[in-house]
Amino acid sequence: MEKKKVLDALAESFPGQTEDISTHGDDAILIKREILLDIIKFLKDGPYAFTMLLDLTCVDYPGQEERFQMVYHVFSLTTNQRLKIKASLPEKEPVIDSLTSFWKNANWLEREVYDMFGVQFKDHPDLRRIFMWDEFEGYPLRKDYPLRKHQPRIKLRK
Amino acid sequence: MEGGFITTKFNDILGWARKFSLFHYPYVTACCGMEYMSAACAHFDLDRFGAGWTRFSPRQSDMLLVVGTITHKSAPVLKTVYNQMTEPKWVIAFGTCAVSGGIYDNYAVVQGIDRIIPVDVYIPGCPPRPETVLDGLVKLQEKIQNQDQDWRWKRKRS
Repeated sequence: MEKKKVLDALAESFPGQTEDISTHGDDAILIKREILLDIIKFLKDGPYAFTMLLDLTCVDYPGQEERFQMVYHVFSLTTNQRLKIKASLPEKEPVIDSLTSFWKNANWLEREVYDMFGVQFKDHPDLRRIFMWDEFEGYPLRKDYPLRKHQPRIKLRK
Repeated sequence: MEGGFITTKFNDILGWARKFSLFHYPYVTACCGMEYMSAACAHFDLDRFGAGWTRFSPRQSDMLLVVGTITHKSAPVLKTVYNQMTEPKWVIAFGTCAVSGGIYDNYAVVQGIDRIIPVDVYIPGCPPRPETVLDGLVKLQEKIQNQDQDWRWKRKRS
């Protein structure tokens, strides 16, 4: 019941802009990246109260024009339901709005995605690498990063 | 014979003293640490072999136990710890990750700590059983007993 309602409400408020891609009983929508902040505002501040950002990550689909796909997992504590929001980004310009104005934990999660995939986040307060060191070149989780390429920080023996 | 006496070579007695007074520094980074704790505590008890005293300062220890995965990011730290240890010093690679990188054949992990520092004994296993650890320790003790001992006056003479 509740689950159906949030997808319906999204389709009502954003006609033609969200695509229902639910699978295996999990609610999921595909959106254009331009309306990400509007969707999040609707979900978080609206009656469904998706107040919790569980995770935020990225997938690389090499060879496709919309190469990167951002995945956001949000959770509503009041209605006890989850929603997955996906947004595709072109390879040429992998930029999307930052969610740090909604959730503080988006800060480090977005830094991780930036570190591993090279996705840029607009209006992020502190966008720099979080796992790899500053001198590291490239983005290791992109599919075109060589599988066994090492970038040692000190001279290795042998 | 009254009073009794033993004869030995200085090299042997130095080796005997050193092999039974190993102060170890645990450089624990991963799940192998659980097996290390098991081997070091009362059930399996490294102290039976004189290696019970854990020193959490590299300057006071002479056996470096590298327990777990070493990444390229932390490689300079391990190198510094090794350099801070005073002679004589020995290194044990504890677990598959420290030996060869293990299953982590990727951008982040050093493929064996012998790419950074010299290693005396390799203990395989993911993680190694405490008995394997004790066996590795006994192997190191044999090595210490039989090696050409280094001491200060010897260096002055030569």
